[in-house]
Amino acid sequence: MRPGWHMRAYKWLIGGPPLLYLLVFFAAPVLIMVVASFRFPGEFGGLSPLVYEDETGRHLDLTLENYQRFFADLLYLSLFFKSLLYAAITVLACLLLSYPLALLISRSPKKYRDVMVLLVILPFWSNFLIRIYAWILILGPQSVFVGALNGVLAWFGAGPVTLLYTPFAVVLGMVYVHLPFMVLPLYANLEKHDPALLDAAQDLGANAWERFWRVTFPLSLPGVYAGAALVFIPAFGMFAIPDLLGGTEGIMIGNVIKQQFLDSRDWPFGSVLSMVLTVMAVLLAALAALYARRSRQ
Amino acid sequence: MMRRSPWLWVAGFFAYAFLYAPLVVVIAYSFNDSRLNAEWVGFTLDWYRKLFRNEEMLLAARNSLLIALVASAVSTVLGTMAGFALYRYRTRLLPVLVLAPIAIPEILMGVSLLLFFVLVGIALGLVSIMLSHIAFCIGFVAIVVRARLEGLDESLTEAARDLGATPWQAFRLVTLPLIMPGVVAGALMAFTLSIDDFVITFFTSGVGATTLPLQIYTMVKISVTPEVNAVSTLLMVLTLALILIASRLSPGSLRGR
Repeated sequence: MRPGWHMRAYKWLIGGPPLLYLLVFFAAPVLIMVVASFRFPGEFGGLSPLVYEDETGRHLDLTLENYQRFFADLLYLSLFFKSLLYAAITVLACLLLSYPLALLISRSPKKYRDVMVLLVILPFWSNFLIRIYAWILILGPQSVFVGALNGVLAWFGAGPVTLLYTPFAVVLGMVYVHLPFMVLPLYANLEKHDPALLDAAQDLGANAWERFWRVTFPLSLPGVYAGAALVFIPAFGMFAIPDLLGGTEGIMIGNVIKQQFLDSRDWPFGSVLSMVLTVMAVLLAALAALYARRSRQ
Repeated sequence: MMRRSPWLWVAGFFAYAFLYAPLVVVIAYSFNDSRLNAEWVGFTLDWYRKLFRNEEMLLAARNSLLIALVASAVSTVLGTMAGFALYRYRTRLLPVLVLAPIAIPEILMGVSLLLFFVLVGIALGLVSIMLSHIAFCIGFVAIVVRARLEGLDESLTEAARDLGATPWQAFRLVTLPLIMPGVVAGALMAFTLSIDDFVITFFTSGVGATTLPLQIYTMVKISVTPEVNAVSTLLMVLTLALILIASRLSPGSLRGR
């Protein structure tokens, strides 16, 4: 027996089963969805038959109509834009909240760092829905917090505000849920910085502000891009948070996809929306990866 | 020299408060003797008693546990194999298939699996949920196992082979014990991902197959009752216990995330 034959057999023995599983339960469903985006909706929801027969024979029943409908209706494009905007604001807010925290952890004594990181991850391990639900309690109309806030506002002569079921609540919820995704890559980057660089900058006359913007921040850019991608992708396609916190005003593209699949049962159009969402998310993530690589050089 | 200005402390403290305050609110309200989640009235355990008499909730909890056990067991085996294959062999398709489910928006996986199950004719229910959870857990396990393998001294396996061990013996007696912390960490990660998952479960569950997150979702959607606070608090305690066990079993595995 040749060793090459052996190697290949082991390779398939070990890599084969997971490969097969993912081909069936990941690749095939995605391919089915790609095809579904070119099919006609069925009479009672779902899909119409893929093949139809007439006098001239059997034909594949495919169409570009679903895509035409998507690009013709500004409603869907503007919804994508809105989701993009919410996700972008979420990334920025996460960055603003995470950066000082990651910096603090990275500059703390070594023995405390692990505990401080663990404290960031810990809330992330509690159920996703519970963390969103907590904000319903806090932002709801009967909440003591909103009551107190409105008391203060009334004192200044400003009207009472509604917080729950608004775009504000959606962004707040998304920031809350995704915060660890930003803190961890930032910390992983900041921790590796050589403190001697800051000493050198100080010796050369840079003040604290300059040291941050000209040394620490540029060096941390790969971490910033990694965190931004990790927050952006799930935020962009989010449907649970706008569903629970957003009301009618705060819906995002994810909600419409859910609607197409489960309520109006227009699967082809739902597939089109999912395809566009995925292509946009992957393109933007690839862009972030590209920038991260460039800034590392 | 440590440079930590007071501002950094203030901002860091604020971030921690932001992370924990909402959870504290949920826990506090779960003991509040009032139907309204508003003012503090008094201490009670009523919501917990109600919870343990809630048949639907108990069934959902049992489903969640069953799904998470099966999904984490299968995905740990498949994920470990995938991690091993990624580390040892040059493959083109496998890395893409392992990483893509993690990289794409979750909702895409949910709706595409829904399409798949309906078209192939697999009934939506516990089985379809398990199959879906396995699909998205494999990648996470594979990444953890592969990272562990990368820190491994290759010469140990080679030494075992030189001493006459078959590849399988070398794997079982040398490599596997060495990567065990990674495998355990991957299994725990798969378990929590599965028991926690909402989006993919939402699309792949049928009538009658409710999981805990789905049950919480329905309750929150209909009306916000203190029972939700109670079940949330219990889930938090359960997760905390799991993490403590995990850190005992394999110290350092939590840092890998």
